[in-house]
Amino acid sequence: MKTLINLFSNNIRQYGMIIALVFITALFFILTDGILFKPLNLTNLILQNGFILVLAIGMVLVIITGNIDLSVGSVVAFVGAIAGVLMINNNVPVVLAIVLSILVGALIGVWQGFWIAYIGIPSFIVTLAGMLIFRGLTLYLLDGQSLAPFPESFRILSGGFLPDVFGADGLHILTLILAGVFSLVLIYMEYRSRKKQAAYSFDVLPLWISVTKMVLLLFVINWFAYQLALNKGIPMVLGIVFVLILIYTFIMNNTVMGRHIYATGGNKKAADLSGIKTKRVVFWVFVNNGVIAALAGLMFASRLDSATPAAGNMLELDAIAAVFIGGASMAGGVGTVIGAIIGGLVMGVMNNGMSLIGIGIDWQQAIKGMVLLLAVGFDVYNKNKSGN
Amino acid sequence: MSDYILEMRSITKTFPGVKALDDVNLKVNRGEIHALMGENGAGKSTLMKVLSAVYPSGSYEGSIYFEGEECHFKDIKQSENSGIVIIHQELALSPFLSIAENIFLGNERQSNKIMKWQATFSESKKLLEQVGLKDSPETIVKDIGVGKQQLVEIAKALSKNVKLLILDEPTAALNETDSANLLKLLDELRKQGITSILISHKLNEVVSISDSITVLRDGKTIETIDAQGEDASEDRIIKAMVGRDMTSRFPVRVPNIGETVFEVKDWNVYHPQQRDRKMLDNVNIHIRRGEIVGLAGLMGAGRTELAMSIFGKTYGKQITGTLHKNGKLIKADTVSDAIAQGLAYVSEDRKTYGLNLIDDIKRNITLSNLKRVSKNSIIDENKEITEAQFLREKLNIKTPSLTQLAGNLSGGNQQKIVLSKWIFTEPDILILDEPTRGIDVGAKFEIYSQINELAAEGLAVLVISSELPEILGLSDRIYVMNEGRISGELERGIANQENVMRYMTGSGGASNENIN
Repeated sequence: MKTLINLFSNNIRQYGMIIALVFITALFFILTDGILFKPLNLTNLILQNGFILVLAIGMVLVIITGNIDLSVGSVVAFVGAIAGVLMINNNVPVVLAIVLSILVGALIGVWQGFWIAYIGIPSFIVTLAGMLIFRGLTLYLLDGQSLAPFPESFRILSGGFLPDVFGADGLHILTLILAGVFSLVLIYMEYRSRKKQAAYSFDVLPLWISVTKMVLLLFVINWFAYQLALNKGIPMVLGIVFVLILIYTFIMNNTVMGRHIYATGGNKKAADLSGIKTKRVVFWVFVNNGVIAALAGLMFASRLDSATPAAGNMLELDAIAAVFIGGASMAGGVGTVIGAIIGGLVMGVMNNGMSLIGIGIDWQQAIKGMVLLLAVGFDVYNKNKSGN
Repeated sequence: MSDYILEMRSITKTFPGVKALDDVNLKVNRGEIHALMGENGAGKSTLMKVLSAVYPSGSYEGSIYFEGEECHFKDIKQSENSGIVIIHQELALSPFLSIAENIFLGNERQSNKIMKWQATFSESKKLLEQVGLKDSPETIVKDIGVGKQQLVEIAKALSKNVKLLILDEPTAALNETDSANLLKLLDELRKQGITSILISHKLNEVVSISDSITVLRDGKTIETIDAQGEDASEDRIIKAMVGRDMTSRFPVRVPNIGETVFEVKDWNVYHPQQRDRKMLDNVNIHIRRGEIVGLAGLMGAGRTELAMSIFGKTYGKQITGTLHKNGKLIKADTVSDAIAQGLAYVSEDRKTYGLNLIDDIKRNITLSNLKRVSKNSIIDENKEITEAQFLREKLNIKTPSLTQLAGNLSGGNQQKIVLSKWIFTEPDILILDEPTRGIDVGAKFEIYSQINELAAEGLAVLVISSELPEILGLSDRIYVMNEGRISGELERGIANQENVMRYMTGSGGASNENIN
C-alpha cells in the first residue's frame, strides 16, 4: 500500500490527469444514460475532436519550448480556404492540393518562427498578429462566403474509415486485429521496460501494479476497439491521430531533437551554453506547428465539407487548454504528447457529453473554462506543496 | 573621546550552516569617510545589510547605536528615516523613468496622492547641482552612463536627508574619470558633514580618500586602521585582509606538465551594451598539457568575461584576438564550435547557466554531447544510462537514482553533475569558474581531487576562483587579473596570498609601483 501511495504522490501529475479523464467520462456516462459509450457516439466523439487532438500535439511542442501559438485557429481557416480555392475553384487534383496546403502551413511556420526565434519578438505578440493576419486573409480569399462542396475523395480525410478487408457482417475484423496487435506491443514494451529498470537497478514497480495497470489499459483499448468495430471500424481521423502520437512521442523521448526541445524550454541559458542552437530549435518547432495546423485545417474543411471564413474560430484556445490540462507548464520545459492527448480527450468528452445532455454553448464555454482553471490550479497547488 | 555617529557592537549573523558575521564591531566617527575592506565573502555586504535593515532587527545578535541611540530597525524604510542610506553595487534605478522620478521614487513630492511635478523637477535640479550632474532632471535614466547613474543614486540619498551614506563598491563598474569624479564628490560631501562608509576593493583609492579603515576577514573584525596615520601602508592592509593559515585542504598531487595546448593572444573585449567600455584589455595567456592554471582577481576584474568570451564568444562585443590549440589557430565563434574544438566551460552559476533543474541527472549529463549516445539522431537509452552511471560513480554523485531531478539535489551534487556534463564532452581544455562556490568542505575536497585527476589525464585546466587559498592550493601557475588586464603571473612556490592580493588590487609588485 505504501508503494502505491508513493507511486501516486510522485506521479500525481500524470495520474491526476488520467483520474480527471476517468471521472469526467464516468460523470457523463451517468448523465447521458450511457449514450456516451454507444458505438455510434464514440465514433462521433473522435470525428468531432480529431483536429483538436492533432492541434494539441503541435501545440505541446511549442509550449514545452516556453512559447505559445495563438494563430492556429486562423491558420486552420486559412489553409481550409486555400484548399477550397485550389480544389473547388481551380480543380487542382486532391493530392496535389493537399501537398500545397501543407506547404502553405509550413511557410506560415517559417514566417512566425523567423520573427520569434531570430528577431526575438515574444511568441504571444507574433502569433496574436498571425491570428489577425490569417483570419483576414481567409476572409479575403473566400470573399466572406463559404466554398462547397469538396471533391468526394477529399472527404475521406475526415469521414473515411479503414477498409473492411474481411467483410464480416456487422463486425469490423481489421479493427479487432489491429487492437490485438497493439495490445501485444504494449505488453512487450512493459516487459522490456521492467527488465531494463531491473538491469540498471532503478526502482521497479511491484509486479502486481504493473499487471493491474496493463489489464486495465488493455481492457479499455480492446473494449473501445470492439465498440468501434460494431460501428464502421477505425475512423481515418483516429488513424491519423494515432500515427502522429507515435511519431511525436518517439521524437520527444528518443531523439536528439526532442532533448533539445526540452532543454531549450527547461533552461534556455544553460542550453545555449551547452552548444544547443536554441534559436534554431524554436524556429523549427514553429515550422512544425504550421504543418500540424495545416493538417488540422484540411481535416476541419473535410469534415465540414466546405471552406468557411469562421472555421477554426477559438480552436487555438481548445488546443492550448488541452496542453495545460495535460500537465504542461507555462514556463516551458515540462509536458508530454500523451498528456496533451489526455487533456484533449478531457475537452472532447466534455464537448460531446455536454452536447448530448443539451447544455447550451454558453454554459459549455463557462464549464470548460472552470475545468481548465481547476486542473491547472490543482497542479500548481501540488507543486507548491511538494516545494515546501 | 571620539564622537561616534555609528557603533555596531558584537554583531553576529548566522545563515543556515554558515556564520556570516561573528562578533563584529564597527565604530564610525562623525563626518569621516570610513572604508570597509576584506576579501569576497569576508562579510562586508552582510554587515551593511544588517545596518540598513535588509536583515531586520531580531534576525541577528548584537546592537546598533546610531547618533547615541540604540536602534531596532524593522525594515529599510525605518533605517532610511533615521538617515542611513545604502547604495548597492547593482544600482536600483528604474531605467525607463526620468532622473527626477527616480530621485523621488517611493518618496514622491505629492499632495493627496497627486504628483507635484513642479516640486519634483525643481528639487531634483538642486540635488543634481549638489552632486555635480549637469543633465536635465527630465532625462531618462537608461540614456545616461553608469557613472552618472551612480550620481543619481547619491542625489536620491541626499533627498532623504542622509546622515550616513553607505556605498557598496561604487567604483567597480566605473572607468577612471568617473571614479575620480565620484571620489571628489565624496570628499565634497564630507565637507558638508555627511559621513560615508565606503566598501571597496581598490586599495589605492581607499588609502587616498578615507580617514579610517576597518578590515573584515571570515566574518570577523580584524582591526581598524587610521588611514592617514603612518602605519597605514597597503602592505599592512593586505596582510590584515588575507592573514590566515593555509590548512591542508587540498589533495596531494605531483604535476606532470607537457607542452602548451591552448593559447589566447591579444584578446580584447568590449562590454555588450556600453560599446566604449573595454572589459578585457590585451589579455595573453597560455595553458599547458596537464597543468592547472589559476585565474585570480577581485569581483569585476574580468575573469568570467575572459572565460565566456573564449568559450564560443558567449560574452562581449567587438572581440579581437586569436585562439590557438596545439600551435594552430582555431575558431570558436559559437558554443558548438568551442565544444568541437575541445573546450569546456563550467559556469560559476550552476543553476542559471549549468543545469536544467527540471530534468533528470542523466539527461543533464549527456546534454552537451548527445552525439556520443545516439546514432542517426536517435538516442540509445541503454548507452546513455551506462555512461551516466559511470560518471556518477566516478564523481561520487550521491543520489538514489539517475532519474532524480537535478533541482532536488544539494549544491555539491549539482556541481558534480555540471562537472560530469563537461567531462562527458571529452574536452582538452577545461575552464572551471568558481567550481566550489557554495558547497561544503567535503564536496570541495572531492572536486579538487577530480580536478587533479583530470589534469593527470592530460587536460589543460583553468580554474577561476575568488578564494585565494583555493587558487594557491590548486594551481601550478597563477594569472592575476585587475580591471580587465593580466596584472601578474606567478609560479607555484613564488605565489603567496600577499603578492597575489597586491596584483589583484592593482597596486602591483613591490618593485613595480607604476604598473598602471
